[in-house]
Amino acid sequence: MGKRLTSFVAWVDKRFPLTANWKAHLTEYYAPKNFNFWYYFGSLAMLVMVNQLLTGIFLTMNYKPDAGMAFASVEYIMRDVDFGWLIRYMHSTGASMFFVVVYLHMFRGMMYGSYRKPRELLWLIGSMIFFVLMMMAFTGYILPWGQMSYWGAMVIVSMIGAIPVVGEPLMHLILGDFTLSDAALNRFFAYHVVTLPVLLVTLVVVHVIALHEVGSNNPDGIEIKKNRNPETNIPVDGIPFHPYYTVKDIFGVVVFLIVFCGIMFFAPEMGGYFLEYNNFIPANTLQTPDHIAPVWYFTPYYSMLRAATVNFLWIDAKLWGIILMGGSVAIICLLPWLDRSPVKSIRYKGPYSKIALTLFVISVFVLGWLGTKTPTPLYTTLAQIFTVIYFSFFLLMPWYSKKDKCKKEPKRVS
Amino acid sequence: MEDIDKKNGMTGRRRFLITATSVAGGIASVAWATPFILSMMPSERAKAAGAPVEVDISKLEPGMLLLVEWRGKVVWVLSRTPEMLASLTTLDGKVSDPNSEKEQQPEYAKNQTRSIRPEILVTTGVCTHLGCSPVYRKEIAPADLGQDWLGGFFCPCHGSKFDLAGRVYKNVPAPTNLFVPPHVYLSENILLIGSESKEDA
Repeated sequence: MGKRLTSFVAWVDKRFPLTANWKAHLTEYYAPKNFNFWYYFGSLAMLVMVNQLLTGIFLTMNYKPDAGMAFASVEYIMRDVDFGWLIRYMHSTGASMFFVVVYLHMFRGMMYGSYRKPRELLWLIGSMIFFVLMMMAFTGYILPWGQMSYWGAMVIVSMIGAIPVVGEPLMHLILGDFTLSDAALNRFFAYHVVTLPVLLVTLVVVHVIALHEVGSNNPDGIEIKKNRNPETNIPVDGIPFHPYYTVKDIFGVVVFLIVFCGIMFFAPEMGGYFLEYNNFIPANTLQTPDHIAPVWYFTPYYSMLRAATVNFLWIDAKLWGIILMGGSVAIICLLPWLDRSPVKSIRYKGPYSKIALTLFVISVFVLGWLGTKTPTPLYTTLAQIFTVIYFSFFLLMPWYSKKDKCKKEPKRVS
Repeated sequence: MEDIDKKNGMTGRRRFLITATSVAGGIASVAWATPFILSMMPSERAKAAGAPVEVDISKLEPGMLLLVEWRGKVVWVLSRTPEMLASLTTLDGKVSDPNSEKEQQPEYAKNQTRSIRPEILVTTGVCTHLGCSPVYRKEIAPADLGQDWLGGFFCPCHGSKFDLAGRVYKNVPAPTNLFVPPHVYLSENILLIGSESKEDA
């Protein structure tokens, strides 16, 4: 480092803990040395978040949050603004890829028991980030004011109307009108570009602070902090995040961007999964499209919503559907307290946990696939079966994780 | 804090002041939040936009469905053929509220056809499940809806089914029959939707 730079950093350090933070979070943050493929997705999620923030700013420069002008302004961005198409496709591809990396990131946590003590709060903060992300996706999808924007939003806000007693006034409060209209589009734009991004960035910072307090988990699910070098007090199985994992993450970023650009340039609609064809039709308040399905990342929950078809225990099917849908997301928060296994990682868990996790993944995929289909009696029955499997994974966990025959955890990471 | 309290010997007074300040601050926060929350409720303009609409049904052929916009929502005016009306009786066992017991219609539409005139059905085209607009499927026994389908409305969103009187089938997500808005016939061919009084026209 040059002499001038050194003295400048010293000047700053007297006024702001720059070097101290650099060390605490990068060069002297010790992460387990056995990170694998699954550990790319946290940093990739942050990369996508930055992509969304940047491209979003440029989209707002030409987008108009007005029911009469929104659709045309998006077409204007796509056709007349120089590189508008690129910026919009970066944003729309980024939205779907955000969910891809976040789902993989969450699955990593489930596999290796990253939610277990002492990382319960870290998991809860992460769950909150996931909820904010879902709200981001929902409010963002409304903005082009196409057929899917309109009717997708209609379904979601009608759910709020189904809450007993307070539902109706609450729905009017949210919509600012008696039906989904310009007022709602205008305010959802405000949430999408101001409220939620501020919340998201804040929560991500809190997530990283919490992570660096408790330390990263690893594929073996054992605590590296229990085995420190007596002289340096550094975990013997830990390596500095920078440069070791920054370099690893940069490699991940390069591979990810290749995939990202491939989608963005050659298949931005991704066969109707990333951008739905019905959304290329302006919103028509008089007619629902013949086939409506949410974007792929919401389809598993959507399947559970419509799996409820019978009234049960004084609660009608409609409210049950909403309870199931909300519950399927909320129950993820409870994982730290549902898992009673003596070990954290799937590597040392027994057959019950392995079968349960496999069935869970299958149920998510099947429900996700069913959510893109028009409901038929067979599909509804399938959705009901897999909804039961989905919830059983969580609700039976206290039992099967305790009964399971686990292997002994090793002393050191492998 | 404790040291100061001990030295000055006024813990009681300090506690009182802290409580009083917190309560006053809490009240101020609620007062401060009120205008913001109220600004989110439907505006005066939105409240005023609910005027009734007049519809001319002279060109409505039997079996034809007319879409009308009222309060930003779709209202259907369906002219039913005698065969369609006959199908309603046979469906009584399959629909969950055959006699329209639930408050989803004005008193004058609480009958088997759920209408003022038997052949003309007026109902909002909004699924009582989650607000999609069902599709009018008048064909009998199409492949996707099964052998028993006698014509009706099918919601593409979550698969709810309604018969030609807007009565909901059993075991579908929608909980109630389609909503029949207040309406009145101003003359033989002029229908007023959104009001029961001829003066509002």
